[in-house]
Amino acid sequence: MASKLPVPVEQTGDIDLVLRQVLQDVLGLSDDRVAELDADSGLFGHLPELDSMAVAGLLTEIEDRMDIIIEDDEVDGEMLETFGGLLTFLAEKRADG
Amino acid sequence: MLTRTWPCPLSGGGVSHELALAFTKDRGANVLMIPPLFDEHNKLRAQIVAVMRCLDRAGFDSVLADLPGCNESLVPLEDVTLSGWRAAIHAAAELLGCTHVLAWRAGALLAPPELPGWQYAPLTGAKQLRAMLRARTIAAREAGKAEVMADLEKIARTDGIALAGWQLSAELFTGLEAAEPQTGTFQHIITQAEIGGPALWLRAEPERDDEQADALAELVVGQIG
Repeated sequence: MASKLPVPVEQTGDIDLVLRQVLQDVLGLSDDRVAELDADSGLFGHLPELDSMAVAGLLTEIEDRMDIIIEDDEVDGEMLETFGGLLTFLAEKRADG
Repeated sequence: MLTRTWPCPLSGGGVSHELALAFTKDRGANVLMIPPLFDEHNKLRAQIVAVMRCLDRAGFDSVLADLPGCNESLVPLEDVTLSGWRAAIHAAAELLGCTHVLAWRAGALLAPPELPGWQYAPLTGAKQLRAMLRARTIAAREAGKAEVMADLEKIARTDGIALAGWQLSAELFTGLEAAEPQTGTFQHIITQAEIGGPALWLRAEPERDDEQADALAELVVGQIG
């Protein structure tokens, strides 16, 4: 994908749901809390319980549920920092695949 | 519940006295719990004991035996191999009089195929290692170091490696890389969908879920024959 513009909603709808469900499982969030997550919600580096092992588990679970492979060199601080960053990465990954 | 020790034979010779939690009252069926490996063992240990309590209330014995290098064991993890762990589980089943196994997650890689039982959400050794390698590369990046999984794998195969705080020998790493769960003729697979609710091994903090423990114990009791 050439553009870094926000990915259209129709491409992120199901990915958004998968990501919210996995974060709910990893962080043990209530339905209300998980619904409140928005593009700016901080993840890695913002939530003390989201350490490197928890993030690794999260990415592995997303790979399973979306049937994708996330390469090592694609994982960086920016992509993991916010809900929006991770969502945009996954939408681009889906579009490329 | 009874805490006891059991004499675990070591692959290099000798015996290590390992801890075991036992709900045993000679009631016939006795289920050996094979715990998940590494971080997931810590996350699921309370849940395993919750399932053992459910089985106890339903009138069935169960045992959770420490493996060398795990939990309270004094054996260094770096001295452990996959075949050594499999031999330890085999010995535990025999010495502790177990009639069935319930293997959790990567514990399925150690399940003796000749015993009847269940594998709860089993995974391959490669998948187990992938999450641990990824945890290491993410932590390294945070510390300003660039590490690549493929390079780490090469090092691990010859020299062993520390992943997410666990010191794995080269033998354990290569053993796990190739390991796949074997269900044999007698072991049923239990999926998380059958249990319901979120998978507890995904939780960043360990948590117990009594409803899930009841559901898993109920499945086991219904099939124990």
